[in-house]
Amino acid sequence: MIMATHKLDITNEHCPMTFVKTKLKLAQIAKGDRLEVLLLEGEPLQNVPKSATEQGFQVLEVKQIDGPVYQVTIQK
Amino acid sequence: MSTTTDLQAALAAQTEVKQPKKLSLIAFSGDFDKLTATFTLATGAAAVGYEVNIFFTFWGLDAVKKKQGRAFVGKGFLPKLFGFFMGGPKAAPVSRLNFLGLSPKIFRYMMRKNNVATLEELIEAAKALGINLYLCEMAMHILGLEKDDFVHEVKDVLGVATFLEISEGGRTLFI
Repeated sequence: MIMATHKLDITNEHCPMTFVKTKLKLAQIAKGDRLEVLLLEGEPLQNVPKSATEQGFQVLEVKQIDGPVYQVTIQK
Repeated sequence: MSTTTDLQAALAAQTEVKQPKKLSLIAFSGDFDKLTATFTLATGAAAVGYEVNIFFTFWGLDAVKKKQGRAFVGKGFLPKLFGFFMGGPKAAPVSRLNFLGLSPKIFRYMMRKNNVATLEELIEAAKALGINLYLCEMAMHILGLEKDDFVHEVKDVLGVATFLEISEGGRTLFI
């Protein structure tokens, strides 16, 4: 079975849409697929990976891309 | 000695049991700013895994009416007149400095300009997230409204006792 990788950029979003868009995207993708979320440091970086873990998803990687921009890889 | 150990183990086990997180909001106000606060809290909580209930009563009912702007909704002359003046989410005034309805337009402009979700976007997000939307039976009765006058995502029409039952074990806010 091929696992797909999806991308989501929430660097231009603000609370609560940072969480809302991540949650809705995770609901759309298939189990086992990965979601790479581009987000900003601060609240999105602190809470998007945390809430994904709390909801039973696996956070595979958090890496800094450029300055305040980070990429969080979540597996459904 | 073993009793103390048993007690400590039981306490540790108790703290490990995760209660489902729940937020229940009573949306009383039909003001643009207060509805924005209601839907911001609701969608944010739902997105981070909370079970969210919103109980719309009195002016808050405007937020989930099928007709978005002013319309003669309701059964009977007085309810229809009230329905028209109350309007729907597009006609919601701000709670302060409304300037005859100019302020909500300015707010919408500023929200779009700053890339912040507007009230309409938040309402759509609430529906997409499957937030439980409930209507107050008593307020609907006064205003001559029926479930069909509201968006189809509304889950049920409730009284106080059922709302208390649904909200039990979580946090409840009145806005």
